[in-house]
Amino acid sequence: MNENLSQNGALVDVEGVDKIFHRGSEDIHVLSNLNLRVSTGDFLALMGPSGSGKSTLLNLIGGLDHPTRGTVTIGEEKIGRLSDRALAAWRSRHIGFVFQLYNLMPMLTAERNVELPLLLTHLSRVERKKHVETALAVVGLSHRTTHYPRTLSGGEQQRVGIARAIVTDPTLLLCDEPTGDLDRKSGDEILDLLQALNREHGKTIVMVTHDPHASARASRTVYLNKGQLSNEPLK
Amino acid sequence: MKFFQLIWSNLRRKKLRTCLTLLSVVVAFMLFGFLSAIQEALVGGVALAGADRLIVREKVSIINLLPASYEARMERIPGVDFATHQTWFGGIYQNPKNFFMQNPVEPEKFLKMHPEFILPADEEKTWLATRTGAIVGRRTAERFGWKIGDKIPIRSTIWPQTDGSFTWTFDIVGIFNGKDKGTDTTPLFFRYDYFDEARNFGKGQVGWYTIRVKDPSQAAEVAGRVDDEFANSPAETKTEPEGAFIQAWASQLGNIVFIVAAILSAVFFTILLVTGNTMAQAVRERTGEMGVLKAIGFTNGQVMALVLAESCLLAVIGGLAGLGLACAITPVMAQKLSGLLPLFFLPARALFIGLGLSIALGLVTGIIPALQAMRLRVADALRRM
Repeated sequence: MNENLSQNGALVDVEGVDKIFHRGSEDIHVLSNLNLRVSTGDFLALMGPSGSGKSTLLNLIGGLDHPTRGTVTIGEEKIGRLSDRALAAWRSRHIGFVFQLYNLMPMLTAERNVELPLLLTHLSRVERKKHVETALAVVGLSHRTTHYPRTLSGGEQQRVGIARAIVTDPTLLLCDEPTGDLDRKSGDEILDLLQALNREHGKTIVMVTHDPHASARASRTVYLNKGQLSNEPLK
Repeated sequence: MKFFQLIWSNLRRKKLRTCLTLLSVVVAFMLFGFLSAIQEALVGGVALAGADRLIVREKVSIINLLPASYEARMERIPGVDFATHQTWFGGIYQNPKNFFMQNPVEPEKFLKMHPEFILPADEEKTWLATRTGAIVGRRTAERFGWKIGDKIPIRSTIWPQTDGSFTWTFDIVGIFNGKDKGTDTTPLFFRYDYFDEARNFGKGQVGWYTIRVKDPSQAAEVAGRVDDEFANSPAETKTEPEGAFIQAWASQLGNIVFIVAAILSAVFFTILLVTGNTMAQAVRERTGEMGVLKAIGFTNGQVMALVLAESCLLAVIGGLAGLGLACAITPVMAQKLSGLLPLFFLPARALFIGLGLSIALGLVTGIIPALQAMRLRVADALRRM
């Protein structure tokens, strides 16, 4: 990723963002004039009650959705200005997504799942294989490469999901409740892994979570309520 | 090719559904193969007909005979190179199911008129020297295990001999091959002089004439001249190009091309619905996964192409399997139908058309689900995981 920072020095700069969903004649204001900055190397936990707009904000940062108003700048790129095609290409290079339900392709083995983002690159088959092996080694799953998701535990599936997210070596990882579907032990292992990716590999992480135990692993926590961010939890 | 694994894995997801859909496509294309072979058998000869050959038959019906004396008169008509005749013998070998054509002909002129029948020179020589000699096509010879020197009894359904017997015995003196695959090598030809002398009635009469014109571009004018020559005679003629004659012969069964097209349209419309439904279902079930692909960087166009490739792969696999089965079964059926449809084979162009049809089927059935996948908003799709 271009590691250049935005003018104010942040890797992620969400500025004056509104997000309004339209349901019939009703307008639902999910985010209102929201500002957020995340520096390179940060591990930010984003907490808040259900429906507070955490996932919406994550989607905006990841370029999966467009704000109704305001700008989202990642590095030097104002992603709202990119066409759908350019945005897809940008995502493939710069963002790694980790989902709560792992979102693996059930008919592909672990290594094929991890290889998916690399299919969009010009890497040869051998090079892709090498990258996949490295990513799976980082998440500790070198011994499960040919297993299908249904034969893996939840924790292992999430590791495959993380390997898929990091295989293109993005700087920014966006994790949507990565431990939400795991037991405490598996969840802890995933959090250990995310911490290691942040500390040892320099990945900037924005993690949505409900779980204070998970947010405690982050270097910073912000709280989202009624479309607004604060540094204090809701009383 | 790097996306093949992804496309293939999606087809393997619901194996039973894929197999059933595949089976319906296979059956459709097998039917397409058979109908193409039937069409070829009935009207394929039109394409192979000699452009320089005219057929002259009795004006009212081909079952009415023409005088043998017409031959010399025809050969005097300007534009006619030469003429020769055949007569329908309507014989049965052992069993009515063993049908194949047998006609008395003038050997030298017949072989000159029909260069598509390849007969070795020594066998031709023997035929000219053997009054009861007959030549038979390779296919019929192999079908009945006949070889040169065999005496073959054939019972005519029309022509008794002077002694009242309907059974004629011929000496096989030659076995001819076809110049190309479309040449009918089922008939048996024997000498007209032997036939005319031995038959009980109809002496000096023949079934129809074949004329070779000197200039194919003048064929229509020559045909007119022939019919004018015999106008107002007891046996008026109708002359037409060989292709038109074959077409008219096949048309006795109806408009074959239309019937085949109608059946195939019905079959393919049904397959369109079946395959289209499968693809629509498959995409609906994978909405979330489409969202994931888009989230990790696949463009809308790439996701659309993946869906289209999947439907095309399904249709092409089914199409190739169906055409392959038709290819495998057609020769077996050809053996069974050799009397009724001597030119029953799957022409190469039908295979190319079939392949094209299978790709078109894949595109048509895949286009709506593909467009749906393309238009899918990532955030909405991810919510459906």
